[in-house]
Amino acid sequence: MTERLLDIDDLVVEYPGRRRGAPVRVLHGVSLDVRRGETVGLVGESGSGKTTLGRAVLGLAPVAGGSIRYGGRDIAHLSRTERRSLATEIQVVFQDPYSSLNPAMTIEQVLTEPLTARRAGGAALSRADAGRRVRDLLDQVHLPAGAGDRLPREFSGGQRQRIAIARALALEPRLIVCDEPVSALDLSTQARVLALFREIQERTGVAYLFVSHDLAVVRHLSHRVAVLYRGEIVEWGDGDQVTSRPEHPYTQRLLLAAPVPEPVAQEQRRADRHRLLETQRQQDEQAGVLA
Amino acid sequence: MTAALPLGPTPAVSTARVPLLRRLVRNPTGVVALVWLVLIVLAAVLAPLLAPHDPATASARDVLAPPGGAYPLGADSSGRDILSRLLFASRVSLTGAATTVVVAAALGISAGLIAGYHGRRFESVASWVASLIMSLNAVVVLLAVRSVLGPSMVGAMAVFGVLIAPAFYRVVAAAVSGVRHELYVDAARVAGLSDSRIIARHVLTVVRAPAIILAAGIAGIAIAISAGLDFLGLGDPGRPSWGGMLNAAFGVIYRAPLQLLWPSAAIGLTCIALVLLGNALRDELERSAGPAPRRRRGRTAAAVTVATEPVVVHEEPVGARGGDLLRIQSLSVGYDQPDGSVTTVVRDVSFTVRRGEVHGLIGESGSGKTQTAWSILRLLPPGGRIVGGTIEFEDADLASASNRQMTALRGAKIAYVPQEPMSNLDPAFTIGHQLTEPLRLTLGIGAAEARERALALLTRVGIPDPPRTYAAYPHQISGGMAQRVLIAGAVSCNPDLLIADEPTTALDVTVQAEVLDLLRDLRAEFDMGVLLVTHDLGVVADLCDRVSVMRAGRIVETGPTRSLFADPRHEYTRALFDAVLEDGPARGPLIDTDPTTTADTATATQGARP
Repeated sequence: MTERLLDIDDLVVEYPGRRRGAPVRVLHGVSLDVRRGETVGLVGESGSGKTTLGRAVLGLAPVAGGSIRYGGRDIAHLSRTERRSLATEIQVVFQDPYSSLNPAMTIEQVLTEPLTARRAGGAALSRADAGRRVRDLLDQVHLPAGAGDRLPREFSGGQRQRIAIARALALEPRLIVCDEPVSALDLSTQARVLALFREIQERTGVAYLFVSHDLAVVRHLSHRVAVLYRGEIVEWGDGDQVTSRPEHPYTQRLLLAAPVPEPVAQEQRRADRHRLLETQRQQDEQAGVLA
Repeated sequence: MTAALPLGPTPAVSTARVPLLRRLVRNPTGVVALVWLVLIVLAAVLAPLLAPHDPATASARDVLAPPGGAYPLGADSSGRDILSRLLFASRVSLTGAATTVVVAAALGISAGLIAGYHGRRFESVASWVASLIMSLNAVVVLLAVRSVLGPSMVGAMAVFGVLIAPAFYRVVAAAVSGVRHELYVDAARVAGLSDSRIIARHVLTVVRAPAIILAAGIAGIAIAISAGLDFLGLGDPGRPSWGGMLNAAFGVIYRAPLQLLWPSAAIGLTCIALVLLGNALRDELERSAGPAPRRRRGRTAAAVTVATEPVVVHEEPVGARGGDLLRIQSLSVGYDQPDGSVTTVVRDVSFTVRRGEVHGLIGESGSGKTQTAWSILRLLPPGGRIVGGTIEFEDADLASASNRQMTALRGAKIAYVPQEPMSNLDPAFTIGHQLTEPLRLTLGIGAAEARERALALLTRVGIPDPPRTYAAYPHQISGGMAQRVLIAGAVSCNPDLLIADEPTTALDVTVQAEVLDLLRDLRAEFDMGVLLVTHDLGVVADLCDRVSVMRAGRIVETGPTRSLFADPRHEYTRALFDAVLEDGPARGPLIDTDPTTTADTATATQGARP
């Protein structure tokens, strides 16, 4: 069995309340692990805390309890300086390809930023080194080498997302947190970007914590899948099993709610969904009577 | 895979790369203002060399000498050379303005950066202090300062800098707190950049432009204020100043009116130059940094020249029900361009919507599907118009109907459900108010009846506690509830045609399924025709009777949903279906896929064997 790269145990995240109100608890004790080279899909609807979990791993969300261990070391409460040393290990690809790239910076500046940050004293890379590195990164995400001196707005959503992936790859991390990286893309673009994610994983052995609201996307890419509902993991296990034969009532509802692009099959699924909702309602009523 | 990159040279890009100063020089206003300011600065610096006389030497013989001869601009009431005094006076004005700008910028920008980037307590204290300072009357404070410090122009202008620092503070704090939540700042943090480098790279670049513009404006105000103080005689009387000269000229206004002109011109022109410079800077910055067109509606459509490719039509089963409610023929929609041309975004589109039928319009971004929907409602954004074709609805051609006719139709006969439920509800009014207002207008019923109807509608669209939602404000309900409210509003006047533009895109899947169920039921109940715009093949499969596939402003394939899904014939439709992931194979469990470890073990084994 491959070793655990990331180990999240009983994680609690709370955001400070407004005007001295009680803090808002977004994650209620979540446990999860990611192995080397593995994709763990994290599915949930809005407000489920899936994005927060990703941000907690990145050190961008306040951890109130539990632990996040990376390579055996607790990274939940690192100082900014300690956190910076993790940049070469954990990277990120965000959802919005428009606001995740600084509109005023050229693609080359975007891609060399992580490289200069890593160097002692922040010394700039030599012009030749930077150019070579940028060409290499662009090549990895199948963009032409000449893209380096252009601005983000000259690229389409899918191309920008490729640039964001290239930036995440720049430091050769072992884990990339992907926060809904294909949700803003058109269907055909989405398929190509997902293929790229898979290709990079097969080549470099990077692990993904892949956050998405789309069960089909997660199923396509994930070895294991966790389903988040209201800040708790309700189902967690083998990707195929969770996404095609779920056991938890919520995952069952989620699966049957996603429409199949085939009218006859969808009619069947709709009927199944109505039947499931009816059964679950009756069960809830019985449980209510018993209680 | 991505060979078709739109990497052609675009004019917008070339402006972005040219340094600001060079672009400013190309701007006529900017260059005039800049030349004047450079001249003033040179005059101040080179005053001892340029001045023909000593500015303080009075000559009793030359009192009020007219311009010309030894005195190019004449001599003042003490017989001193006006030109020389003007030159030396520009030093006072410029140092004063510079002092103000430096003090204000140093205080305001640093406080704004800290408040914007770190927020929290510092921001509340700083904002409070800024408000306090802004509420002080600058002239009163400056008078008080003078009585304490004496006639020190630099001191007074520094204090003025403190007084005007909140202007910098507010602009900078707002810009920074806007940037702080951008994802690229988060990405920079994850990339390991320190706070100071993030501020230098990502935050200062955003602040730079507004700060420069503000500095130009503040310098103008400072020159006016310092001139005002000197005019009132509050400055240092020993040094020539524009304000002081103006005061002196005022004393002899009947004997030598021309003397007023020189200091007035110096003050006025310099202030105007600074304001114009600020404007030119703003124009140039906006021209380059304006929001990039996210959906290049026109260009994508125009770039793809799908010649006169025939539409793939799937045959209808015999005895298809219902008459045509909406018949669109050869519809084209275009946007007027600044150069007088028209960019077509919808070309030659024809389809029909029957009573009681849901017609799906599916396509990717930039395909023109939303433009088509908007053109039926005649709600195209400014610049957009129908350039050809007809939209037949109830024996009328909507393409040529008057705005008045359209207003009467919208809401009553044709209803609309938008994509973003939240941004389509006014946050200032309760849900009930927003539902009853159109009811009362369209149906002409009383308040009590409208309320009753609205509550019934809310119950109908499946809202659990109608009276509570009725009294709620939009921010108090969820996105799914908001979309139900909008659907309730759309069907409230029994429309014949419902146009739904991506009605479930912003919703969670479980909520989407409920909203689709609701639309299906309402369609049957009200016997409406529905035009459903979507990018989701699953939504089409769930709800639509017929579907038209759009690409680059054209319909490429159309027909009954079942036969089109069973046998997609157009190349593009097939590509869309190929990209679908639903019900595809799962990835499967992780088998030691780590190539580094496998490679390592492989070499290790090789190395171990002799």
